Amino acid sequence: MNFAVLQFPASNCDQDALHVVQNVLGHSGRLLWHKENSLAGFDAVIIPGGFSYGDYLRTGAIARFSPIMQAVQAFAAQGGPVLGICNGFQILCEAGLLPGALIRNRSLQFRCEHIYLKTASRDGPFTGQVPEGKLLRLPIAHGEGCYFADDATLEKLQAGSQILWQYVNAAGEATDQSNPNGSLRNIAGLCNEARNVAGLMPHPERASEEILGCADGRLIFESLLSWLQDKAAKAQ
Amino acid sequence: MKAKIIVTPKKAVLDPQGKTIANALEQMGYKGIGAVHVGKYLEIELPAGDREPWRQQLDEACRRILSNPVIEDYHLEIES
Repeated sequence: MNFAVLQFPASNCDQDALHVVQNVLGHSGRLLWHKENSLAGFDAVIIPGGFSYGDYLRTGAIARFSPIMQAVQAFAAQGGPVLGICNGFQILCEAGLLPGALIRNRSLQFRCEHIYLKTASRDGPFTGQVPEGKLLRLPIAHGEGCYFADDATLEKLQAGSQILWQYVNAAGEATDQSNPNGSLRNIAGLCNEARNVAGLMPHPERASEEILGCADGRLIFESLLSWLQDKAAKAQ
Repeated sequence: MKAKIIVTPKKAVLDPQGKTIANALEQMGYKGIGAVHVGKYLEIELPAGDREPWRQQLDEACRRILSNPVIEDYHLEIES
């Protein structure tokens, strides 16, 4: 499979994401500069973390108007899978590809630590390979990760099983203490209605190898890979 | 001519900065103040001329990029 990893001015997790694609999963990938305008030949898009355009105005607000994001809109509209990590999640929300917004952490602190994630839905391209009931231990590193949406949107997300990941404690309970940023309903990641676009604040690409202390993040990439392979097999 | 744009968080959105500032003011002895809301102020310089076309364009810009309607309200003024 061929993965596009987008690169904006001040992206800083682009190389990590590409490393996972190429060296951990053993697939092909390429960095795509924000000024490029085609995703032809790619099977999936990863929008990596960082501080695109210096986080000026709002996180992701300027990146979403870059030429490559117009290509992402078209790619997503055709059902292509798009995964936004951290700043990538913020960009997808600003772009309207995902509902809601990510605002300043309730504590006002930049939180850099490991958290537990519960996978709330295993339906779609991003969570199919996460074993039932398994909690993912992943790092977070953000100042603006507090998920906000109005009540009607939250109800719709819940009803449509679009909430993919929630911050939980080691026992798997979504409590206030286990919520590092004040996200409503402990939301750490979600997908669109069509389920092909997802974003999450934690960093699976920083936790995809045992040498990094934890490889749980790999399950998310393997889910995507397995989904792409199934899709390719069906197309044949 | 100049456009002045004020962007503020919607009332329903958590505003931890505003809350922290309110607490600080209270501690400093400014008793009895209500909630504090922290936003952004933008000034955009414009060439002299007709205001109305600029108002329309900047109103659109406020909705598309200068504010995020999910979490923010804006107020646009154009002055000579």
